[in-house]
Amino acid sequence: MKLKLASVALGALLAASPALADLVFPDLSYRTGPYAAGGIPFSDGYQDYFTLMNERDGGIGGVKARVLECETAYNTEKGVECYEATKGEGALIYQPLSTGITYQLIPKVEADGIPLHTMGYGRTSAANGKVFEWVFNYPANYWDGASVAINYLLDANGGDLSGKKITLLYHNSAYGKEPIRTLEDLAQKHGYALTAIPVDHPGQEQKSQWLQIRRERPDYVIMWGWGVMNQVAIQEAANIRFPMENFIGNWWAGAEHDVAPAGAAADGYKALNMNRIGDLPVFDDIRTYVADKGMAAGDGSNIGKVLYTRGMYAAMLAVEAAKTAQEIHGTPDITAAMMRDGMEALVMDAAKMEALGAAGIGPEFGVTCADHGGSGMGIVQQWNASEGRWVALTDYIAPDDAIIAPLVEEDSMAYAAENNIAPRCE
Amino acid sequence: MTNFLYAVEVMINGLMAGVLYALVALGFVLIFKASGIFNYAQGVLALFAALTLVGLQEGQIPFAHLINATLGTELHHFGWHMPALLAILLTVGVMILLAIAIERFILKHLVNQEPIILFMATIGLAYFLEGLGDIMWGADIKTLDVGLPQGGSMWIEEKTAVLGGDGFYGFFIDRLDIVAALVAAVLVISLTVFSQYSKQGRALRAVADDHQAALSVGISLRFIWVLVWSIAGFVALVAGIMWGAKSGVQFSLSLIALKALPVLMLGGFTSIPGAIVGGLIIGVGEKLFEFTIGPMIGGATENWFAYVLALVFLVFRPQGLFGEKIIERV
Repeated sequence: MKLKLASVALGALLAASPALADLVFPDLSYRTGPYAAGGIPFSDGYQDYFTLMNERDGGIGGVKARVLECETAYNTEKGVECYEATKGEGALIYQPLSTGITYQLIPKVEADGIPLHTMGYGRTSAANGKVFEWVFNYPANYWDGASVAINYLLDANGGDLSGKKITLLYHNSAYGKEPIRTLEDLAQKHGYALTAIPVDHPGQEQKSQWLQIRRERPDYVIMWGWGVMNQVAIQEAANIRFPMENFIGNWWAGAEHDVAPAGAAADGYKALNMNRIGDLPVFDDIRTYVADKGMAAGDGSNIGKVLYTRGMYAAMLAVEAAKTAQEIHGTPDITAAMMRDGMEALVMDAAKMEALGAAGIGPEFGVTCADHGGSGMGIVQQWNASEGRWVALTDYIAPDDAIIAPLVEEDSMAYAAENNIAPRCE
Repeated sequence: MTNFLYAVEVMINGLMAGVLYALVALGFVLIFKASGIFNYAQGVLALFAALTLVGLQEGQIPFAHLINATLGTELHHFGWHMPALLAILLTVGVMILLAIAIERFILKHLVNQEPIILFMATIGLAYFLEGLGDIMWGADIKTLDVGLPQGGSMWIEEKTAVLGGDGFYGFFIDRLDIVAALVAAVLVISLTVFSQYSKQGRALRAVADDHQAALSVGISLRFIWVLVWSIAGFVALVAGIMWGAKSGVQFSLSLIALKALPVLMLGGFTSIPGAIVGGLIIGVGEKLFEFTIGPMIGGATENWFAYVLALVFLVFRPQGLFGEKIIERV
C-alpha cells in the first residue's frame, strides 16, 4: 500500500512539475537549387553544432536543442512559407541565410516577437537596435565588409588610395547593391575612383563585364557575389590575366567551392572573412560526438570548410545567446522573447571562444540595446591553390565607423519614420 | 580608333557567346522539330549530362549518399580516374538509356496528345531529373576537366595589339570559345545533313508533322522519339561541357536554358541553322548594346535586351527568321 501511495505521489509530483520543452532552432536551409553549394556546408555546420550540444553537453542548460530544417531553395517565397510553418513550434531564432528572405521576415518577426539573426547579410541598418528591436546582424554587416576591404587596401598602399581605380563587381540584386553607397562615401574620403559593374542573376555569363575590366584596367576589383557568379568571375579574371592578388571577394565569395573550378588559375585570389579559418578543437569534438556516431547533418566531408565553419559559428552564437538568456531569466526553458534578451546581452570575448574550443573564431564583441551589429571586423584570406586551402593574411581589421555609423543611422531612422517606430534604448 | 577596335572585340566575343547560346538552343530545336514538343527539360538535360560525365570521370559511386544513409556504409568513390574520352562515351550511353526511359515511361503514354500536355510532361521531367541528378551525384560543385583550353589567346592578343594605340591591348578571344565555335559548326553541319538527307532524318520530320499519319505509313514513332531524345541528350552533353568548363558543374547550369529562349524566338523553333544564326544575332546584339548603351543606364542589360531583340524580330517575322510559316485555313 505504501508503495502504491508513493508511486501515486511521485506521479503527481512529476505531472505537476513544469515539463522542459526542447529549445527549437529552425534551420531555413537550401540544399537544392542553384545556390545549394553554399547552403549545404552552412546548414551542416549549423545543425552539427546543436547536435554536439545535445550529445556532449546534454543540451543547452540541460534542455535538448531541436533543429527544424526547412528547405527554401534560396527562394524568398519558400523562405516565408518555412517561417510560417515553423514559428508555431516555439522557434527561438531564425537565421535564413538570404537577404531576400530577411527583408520579408523583418516585419513578421517584429509582429510575432521572434529574433532574427542575419550574420553578415540582410538589412545592414538593422545594426541599429534602437529601431530594430528583434533583428540582429552581429558580428559584421555588408557596409563593415566594404570598409574592411578598403582599409586593407589602404594598408597595402601605405595609407593612400588617391588616384587608384577600384571596380566593384556586384550581383545585380538588393544584396549586391548594399556596399555601393559605402564604397562611394569611402571614395570621396580616400580619393580613389570607383566603377560599379552589375552582373545579372545567376551570373553564368560575364563576358561583357570582364571585357570592360580588361579595357579599364582597374588597380583592384572587389566582388560582391554569390553562387555561380563567384566561380565564373574567378575563371574570367584568370582568362584576362587579371592579377589575382588584386581581386578581393566579400565573405560570400570566399569559400573553397568558389575557387576550385578555376584550379591553379585561382591561386592568389583574396576574400574577406568574418570568422577564422583553419582547424579548431571544436571540430575534433564534432567528429567524435557527431560525425563518428553517424549523426552529422551531411557526410562529414564539409567539417572545417569556410562555410561549414560559418554555419557552426552562427549556431555557436545562438547557443551562447540562449545560455545568456537562461542566466538572465533564471530558467533553462526560455521563450523567443527571453532569447532576444540573451542576444542583446551577448558578449563574445577571447576567453569564452577559447573555452568553446574555437579560439579566435570571430572577433571579440558585445551586443547592446542600441548596437545589434557587433564589432564589424573581418579578416582577409588568400587562396593557396597548390595546397588547396585558404591562408589568413591579416588579423581582424576594424571598419571605418566614422563612415558606417552615419549611414546606419540615416537608413534605420528612415525605416523608423516609415513604420512609425519610436526609437528605444534612450 | 581605340573605341572602334574595342567595339570590334565586343562583337567578336558576342559571336562567340552566341555560339554557346546556340548550343543550348540546338537541343530544343531538335526535339521540337521531330516531335512538336517544347522540351522544358533541355537545360536540366545539360546539367544531368555534365554531372554524369564528371561523376564517371572521377569514379564517384552513384547514389552514394542514399546507399550510405540506408546501409550505414562509407562508400564514396570507385577509386579510378577515367580518361575524358571514355567518360564522354559512357555518358553518351547513359543519355541514350535516359532517352529510352523517357520514351517508355512518359512519351509512349502521350501519343497524339495536345502539345500542351507534352510540354507539361517535360516540366515534370525537368524536376524529376534535377532531383535524380542530386541524389545520384550530390549537389556540390564539381570541377570539369576534359582537357579544354581556357584563357585568352596570347597569339591573337599580340598580333592584334599593333592595330591600336597605347590604350589598346589587342583582341581578347577565349580559347574555350574558339573550341566551342568549332564544335558547334561540326554539330550543325552533321545534324543538318542528317535531318535533310538521311532516311531517319526524313522520318523525324514526318513525325513532327503528324504523329498518326507517320504511324500510318509505317514509321516507328517510339524509335524516332528515342533517336531524337538521344541526339538531344548528346547536344545537351556538349553544351554542359562547354558551360561547365567555365563555372564548374553545378545546379545553376540548368538555368542556361534561359539564354536559349530568345535565340529560339529569333531563329525559329524548327531550324537548326536558325538556332546558330539566332544565337549569333542575340550574342552580338546584347554585347554591343551593353557596350554602347549599358553604361548610360546602369549596365546589366544583357538578360532583358536579348528578349527585347527577339520580340522586335517577332513583330516582323512571327515564325522566327528560319521558322516554318504555318497557315491554317478555315
